[in-house]
This record gives sequence, structure tokens and C-alpha cells, in this order.
Amino acid sequence: MLEVSNLNVFYGKSQALRDVSLRVNEGEIVALVGTNGAGKTTLLNTISGLLHPASGSVEFLGKRIDRLAPHKIMKLGICQIPEGRKLFTDMTVGDNLEMGAYTSEAWKQRKETIEQVYRVFPVLKERRKQSAKKLSGGEGQMVAIGRGLMSNPRLCMFDEPSYGLAPKLFSEVLEVIKGLREQGITIFLVEQNVRQTLTTADRAYVLENGRIIIEGKSEDLLQDKQVKKAYLGL
Amino acid sequence: MPILEGQGVNKYFGGLAAVSNVDFHVDQGEIVGLIGPNGAGKTTLFNLISAALPVSSGEIRFKGQKLNGLKPHQICQMGVSRTFQETKVFGNMPVFQNALVGAFFGTPTHISGTDAAREAGQALEFVGLSAMSATPIQDLTLVNQKRVEVARALATKPELLLLDELMAGLNPAEVSEAMELVTRIRDKGITIFMVEHVMKAIMGICGRVMAFHHGEKIAEGTPREIAANKKVIEIYLGEETRAGS
Repeated sequence: MLEVSNLNVFYGKSQALRDVSLRVNEGEIVALVGTNGAGKTTLLNTISGLLHPASGSVEFLGKRIDRLAPHKIMKLGICQIPEGRKLFTDMTVGDNLEMGAYTSEAWKQRKETIEQVYRVFPVLKERRKQSAKKLSGGEGQMVAIGRGLMSNPRLCMFDEPSYGLAPKLFSEVLEVIKGLREQGITIFLVEQNVRQTLTTADRAYVLENGRIIIEGKSEDLLQDKQVKKAYLGL
Repeated sequence: MPILEGQGVNKYFGGLAAVSNVDFHVDQGEIVGLIGPNGAGKTTLFNLISAALPVSSGEIRFKGQKLNGLKPHQICQMGVSRTFQETKVFGNMPVFQNALVGAFFGTPTHISGTDAAREAGQALEFVGLSAMSATPIQDLTLVNQKRVEVARALATKPELLLLDELMAGLNPAEVSEAMELVTRIRDKGITIFMVEHVMKAIMGICGRVMAFHHGEKIAEGTPREIAANKKVIEIYLGEETRAGS
């Protein structure tokens, strides 16, 4: 579904991604782990068109997307749920969610989709008229996820969904992610909570200093000595 | 003796009690953890202590002195400093200048430019960010921006440091490093009160933990006692996390 090939991305003169190749198949949950500064968010931003690669390509459903603008990529069915939420804080919860249905197709279905989001996160329905500024960190994360779902994505990219969530709530979010997969949404998951993430994902990649250094089935990675030492702190 | 204590602290947002009749204390030299579900009122309590928000009723005292009615900068100058869950850095300044702001404005007495620069430099070195002094802060990762907030807070020469989710977004190996950093801060003689969801950190470095739910303190004890508390498991940890940790 998503094919990233030999991607090189720079910020000015400093190279953030080196020859990165990876694949996400339809219906999979694929995880990307790695230390801070490894280039994980850069990779997501390149896939979603916020950054453009110096060389290499990104294909989605067989189509080159690495030169497209972000809103066009979103229209094709890729959504990104950014790290640190990035909500519209001067707007209500309900309006934030609707902003996710920005593309014309999603806009037509927004009433239906928003009810689905409220079923996943009932507290957002209670808070729908409240300013997004007044939400707790965890509620804000729910809005960010809900906003992403409002675009009716085929591929959903999560950037650190555990950020600022209570342990139990993160377990619930992982259940939500599994539920999305059941509904046919493919998941690309960037996450620091390595153990729980690998337990949820089918396959995973490890990114270090801008390079993919390990890839494999999640269950194998959980047993991998290098992964255990560097990322699980064991 | 408590360095910080609160009695009957309440905070209402309209009809919602965000913090509800909470008594608490933090003793000199302790590392105290504050946990609870999202929306439990943890950050609100920090906002009340640092006067980012006024209390609705109740009293908060630092070293015996009432904080009610003081302004945030006055509380900082008294020796209470903090970091923020959603980083609040000076986005158009380099890393060094961010720490410098702490050194200049966080202490009650006048400080010379040379001294402030030295304090800021030392604080950045302490958190391990000296090499990034000249980097525009918006070019740093969220995690490093939080470390700059720690440096800025340290540059104000605090006696009590409030850390709001310092470990968020760190992988387990990085959590260990951050735990070591917090312990080093405490060993400098700075008391720590920290809101944290990363249980590895709570279990590893806190001497005492309080758990909040719906604005109320529902449990308090050693990390071990809290992790075994049925109510805390039910509302906060969940069975899975408990099994995994």
C-alpha cells in the first residue's frame, strides 16, 4: 500500500534520513521505533508531504506522492496524527474534529463520521462545545486522533500516541488502533512505548541516525538482544 | 518539615471541580510523584501552586509562607520553578537565551549579565545541552525542548522544582537517563514534585506518590503501595500495564 524507497531528506545541510526504504501492506499495523532525533517524525512528515525528499520516492497505492502537496496526499487517504496534538486551541472540540473532514468527500460524510468518533471517545461528545484550550492532555490527544479519523483515511499514521496519556488510556488507544484495523484502516505507528507497541504491531522497523537498522516481525524484535538493550531498557 | 503544603485546595472551572478539597505536602529533599488519569487535575494543581491559575479556595504555603494572591514571577523568585506539559519556550530565541531568561528574571536579586550568562551556561551543561546553545529552539525535538525548560527552571535557582511530564515521549533507555537527571537535581538539594505517566520513573525514583482522580486525592503512599492499590489499578494503570511493569 505504502512503499518508501531509498529516501534521502535534508534540513539545510544536515541529512535527517539516509536511504530509507520501507513498506506497509494493506491491513497491517506496522510500527516504527527509534531514539529521539532518529528521524521518525521526519519520515512521517515526508510521507504526508510536509517535507520533500532530495532523492528517493514515496508511493501510495501505486502512485508517486513525494512531490504532492499535503492536502492532496490527505485526499488520497493518508492522515497523520501529529506528535504533541497540534489542536486549533481557539476552536471548540467539535470544530476541531470537523477540521479533519476538510476534503470534500469527507465533508459530505462528516455527520456520520463524527458520531463514529464519539462512539470511540464518548468524553468528546460531552465536551464538544468546549474550547480545545481547556482540555486535559489526554483529552487533547483524543481530539487529535478523532480529527485524523474525520478524513476517512485508508492509512492512518500515528506519531507518538502515548504522549501524555495515562497507562490505562494508552492501552485503550491501542485497542482503538486495533479496532481501526478491523474496520479496514491500515496503521503506521511511531511510538516510544516499545514493548506495548511491538505487542500490538505485526511488523516493525527500527530507525537510528536516519537509517533503518533492523526490520522484522514484532514478535522477533521483542526477542532481539539489540532491540532489548537499546529500546526496551532491559 | 514540609517545603510545600496545601490545605483544602479547591479549583472550579465553572461548575466543574478540577481540584476538590485537596490536602497535600511535599517535604524538603523528597521526590514526590503525582499520578492519575488524564483530566484528574494534576496539571491544574501545578498551575495553582505556580499561580498560573488562582485557587478558588484553600491555602497553599511554601516554606510556611502563603502563596495565595502572589503573581507567578513572585512565586518563581521565592524558589518555586516549573516546567510545562506542553512546552512553553520562547520560540524565536536560541536555546541559550531561553535559559538566560530564567537566570535574569527568576531570582529576586539583581544579577549581572556575566553572572546570568554563567548560570544559564551551567544549567544547560547540567541537562546535557551545551552543544545546542546556539540552535534556534524550534529546531529542537519536543524532548530536547523539555530539557531546555528544565535548564531554564534550574537557572532560576529553585528550591522546589515542579516537573510536568518530563518523561513523555522518551523511550525506555531515554527514560533511564531522565531518571538519572532528576535524581541529580534532587542531589543538588532541590526538592522535586513531578507529574508523570511513565510508571518506570515513578517506581524508580519517587519516595512517595499521590494519585488523583476527578480532582480528589484517592491514594497516597510508597510507589509499591500505590502500584498495588486496587483503586489505582482500576482507574489508572489497567490490568495490562500492571502485568507488563
